[in-house]
Amino acid sequence: MSTTSPLEKAGATTGNWLDERVGASKVVKGFSRKIFPDHWSFMLGEVALYSFVILLLSGTFLTFWFVPSAGETTYTGPYAPLAGQHVSEAFNSTLHLSFEVRGGLLMRQIHHWAALVFVVSIIVHMFRIFFTGAFRKPRELNWVIGMLLAILALIEGFLGYSMIDDLLSGNGLRIAQAIVLGIPVVGSYVSFFLFGGEFPGEAFVPRFFVLHVLLIPAIMLMLITIHLILVVVHKHTQYPGPGRTNNNVVGFPLFPIYTAKAGGFFFIVFGVIALMGALFQINPVWIYGPYDPSPIGAGAQPDFYMGFLDGAVRIMPGFVEFEIFGHTVSPNIFIPTLVVPGLMVTPALLYPWIEQWITGDKREHHLLDRPRNAPTRTALGVMAITLYVLLWISGGNDIVATHLHLSINDITYFMRVGVFVLPALAYVITKRICIGLQRKDREKVLHGRETGRVFRTEEGEVFELHAPLSAHDRWLLVGFDAPEPAQALSATDAAGVRRPGGRLEKLRQKISKFYFEDRVAPVTPAELASAHHHGDHEEVTAGEGSKPAVGSGH
Amino acid sequence: MSALAARRRHPLATALIVVLGLLVTGVAYAAVMPSTADASTSTASADDIEEGRKLFLANCSTCHGIDAEGRNEAPSLIGVGAASVDFQVGTGRMPLAMSGPQAPEAPVRLSDEQTSQLSAYVASLGAGPAIPSEEAIDPAQGDVSKGAMVFRTNCAMCHNAAGSRGALTRGKFAPPLTDVEPKYIYEAMVTGPQSMPVFPDQTITPDQKRDVIAFLSTINEAPDPGGMSLGRLGPVTEGLVAWVLGLTVLIGFAVWLGAKSS
Ligand code: HEC
Ligand code: HEC
Ligand code: HEM
Repeated sequence: MSTTSPLEKAGATTGNWLDERVGASKVVKGFSRKIFPDHWSFMLGEVALYSFVILLLSGTFLTFWFVPSAGETTYTGPYAPLAGQHVSEAFNSTLHLSFEVRGGLLMRQIHHWAALVFVVSIIVHMFRIFFTGAFRKPRELNWVIGMLLAILALIEGFLGYSMIDDLLSGNGLRIAQAIVLGIPVVGSYVSFFLFGGEFPGEAFVPRFFVLHVLLIPAIMLMLITIHLILVVVHKHTQYPGPGRTNNNVVGFPLFPIYTAKAGGFFFIVFGVIALMGALFQINPVWIYGPYDPSPIGAGAQPDFYMGFLDGAVRIMPGFVEFEIFGHTVSPNIFIPTLVVPGLMVTPALLYPWIEQWITGDKREHHLLDRPRNAPTRTALGVMAITLYVLLWISGGNDIVATHLHLSINDITYFMRVGVFVLPALAYVITKRICIGLQRKDREKVLHGRETGRVFRTEEGEVFELHAPLSAHDRWLLVGFDAPEPAQALSATDAAGVRRPGGRLEKLRQKISKFYFEDRVAPVTPAELASAHHHGDHEEVTAGEGSKPAVGSGH
Repeated sequence: MSALAARRRHPLATALIVVLGLLVTGVAYAAVMPSTADASTSTASADDIEEGRKLFLANCSTCHGIDAEGRNEAPSLIGVGAASVDFQVGTGRMPLAMSGPQAPEAPVRLSDEQTSQLSAYVASLGAGPAIPSEEAIDPAQGDVSKGAMVFRTNCAMCHNAAGSRGALTRGKFAPPLTDVEPKYIYEAMVTGPQSMPVFPDQTITPDQKRDVIAFLSTINEAPDPGGMSLGRLGPVTEGLVAWVLGLTVLIGFAVWLGAKSS
């Protein structure tokens, strides 16, 4: 141990040199001792991260050949159905990449599949954050950063497939321009500004290119960095369990175990996406052909993540358009494409603070909620997802019609009502299910778990044998908060003076009532004790009656 | 044929004979008339027309009327031409089996010979588009790239850019063109079945029609360079694959990794 080889010496010297200048050892030590808990749902964010890396890598490859210009040229490549046609440089280079560059098509397909997997994983990651309450203090900011990343991801994807200048994306671009034009008053000016003149013009390809490969990825990279730094700073949340408290993190150190696992997982994600790129054709632009503003293809759809916007437009009745002083006002475009997404995104962005305001809970939360233990939140989440999915289906209404042999008109009528009724229904059902599950948990804590063994007493009474829960199983089922509705404060204080913010407070109480009126409280130690002492037959607190619990205590 | 036999003693038989007389007159008239539908009318023998008439009475007259003048839903067939009958019967759409938003493609119920007899008969009722010659529909003689352009501007809005079908209003749809014989592609263009517009030679010249046929047969025969085509339906199926396949597989791995360590 005491003898040091020259090599080690060299290593140590370099290490010291670095350490003295950048304090590397502290950073490395601190980082490698970070603890990460283990759960598959914590890896969804990682999937997003890795697909982003794959996007950067495959995208860089593509930039070597892609020509970001709308200048006209003649296609002379090997794909016969396009031979001799006038196409843009951008479209031409995409065909060149697809058919002539070795590995080009594979890279294109990997890049596009990675984009889809990226957005899918962001969305599912977001579900996990929402339903487990991981957005609560101190992680509100990270929630907002996440939302911004999600929105940027959509825009980034749209720009990416639009700059190829094929017919399908061109049709989508035309809709995007219609959205811009639909903005009251300034619409046409904004459109002129964005496209550098009349639509489509030649400016949009290079502009989109710069946004897609430079500006937006740079912003995203920055946001992801902050996002991850904040994850480290806040420490990771964990699911409740034995030994896991609000003040510790139980898991594996970042180095070596977690690093090895994460590294392995990166290659798995890469492998899965590469396989998708190799097996499934995606965005075959040679079939769509070059963009030309006059033709349009049936089944023209945006990528799935934009589908909900398209769907909102498709089910919007057209009659709301009107003219005033010779100017056309188009709420039929404006409402579904700007108002509706605004109404969906704003509450989502602000949700951590909304919930905080309602509960008045300013504590830090490092233990995650089981979704059932926050029934209203869970139900609201499912409601939002239902709306999103319905809009998405409406965006594919023609494919649904042809493949399920339905009338596209019927689907549209159904959706017009459905987007209001079904999310509400989803809310009610989800809440019922959550509360039902909570009741079942209570039962379990008070009476033990069902063993499936049925007994008959001498008197002929039949009952099922219940086994008591272990201490930590029980802990899982009772260790949660169930806030009560906010208590009504009188609108005036003791001296009879109107309280400031009295009206707002009233609103808060109303929402709080909506949130927490139907609540199932966790079993208290007193209840548990009484359930054990009074034994089987007198137990009534849980409501459901006379299933006797038989356990070691009796 | 048996249906025809059953109807011989039908009270309408007399009426039929009268109509027949009228028809013969009509045929004679048509023979004198200069006709654009030369291909089928000129080559069809009087026997064929007669056989066709019998077939028509047995299979089609309940809907189209005994002298093809049309009734209720079913249109008049006078002047629709041989091409229309060849298309409708040859793809199994006619005789119409069940009512729906549109007559679907179905198993063909009449033989080729019967179909050409029916065509000859209907062509004899009035001039209309003829069945195209072999040369007019030979994909090898068409220009694929020009066909692609014609298809993109005239057909893709209903049939989809890859000809893989598209929805129209109220349950109607433009069917997939992935497996349609060249002859029927041509006939569809000149006759415009149901909701499809007619593309007369002034709009799409016969040469361009052959180009379209060349284009469709090229993209249908060419393998998909990128792997499985997912029905060539575009982003909807791609999104589904990402969600269902991509997400399931990745979550599967995540669960597996999570289970490995603990
Ligand atoms: C059950 C009723 C029914 C029967 C039987 C029937 N058809 Fe039709 N046919 C229709 C209807 C309805 C249409 C119109 C379809 C549409 O446009 O939706 C039609 C359309 C046609 C057309 C297209 C006309 C045009 O404008 O181009 C042709 C040709 C035709 N039928 C031929 C026949 C022949 C030949 C037979 C017998 C083998 C036959 N049909 C049997 C109901 C019928
Ligand atoms: C307005 C929409 C529309 C346009 C445009 C259109 N079609 Fe059609 N097409 C249809 C419909 C609807 C049918 C189904 C008709 C039926 O079932 O009788 C059809 C049927 C066909 C068929 C028969 C398919 C089969 O399964 O037998 C062919 C071939 C065809 N179209 C080719 C074309 C070509 C080529 C063009 C362009 C020159 C074109 N269509 C343009 C709507 C359209
Ligand atoms: C570019 C896309 C994104 C990447 C690369 C990414 C990556 C990650 C990673 C690796 C983690 C740590 C592990 C985990 O909890 O899964 C994480 C945590 C987190 N993410 Fe994201 N994420 C992205 C988008 C989002 C979105 C859309 C939201 C929500 C709107 C979000 C909110 C959060 C929050 C609040 C945490 C902390 C959770 C905790 O500590 O339990 N992120 N993110």
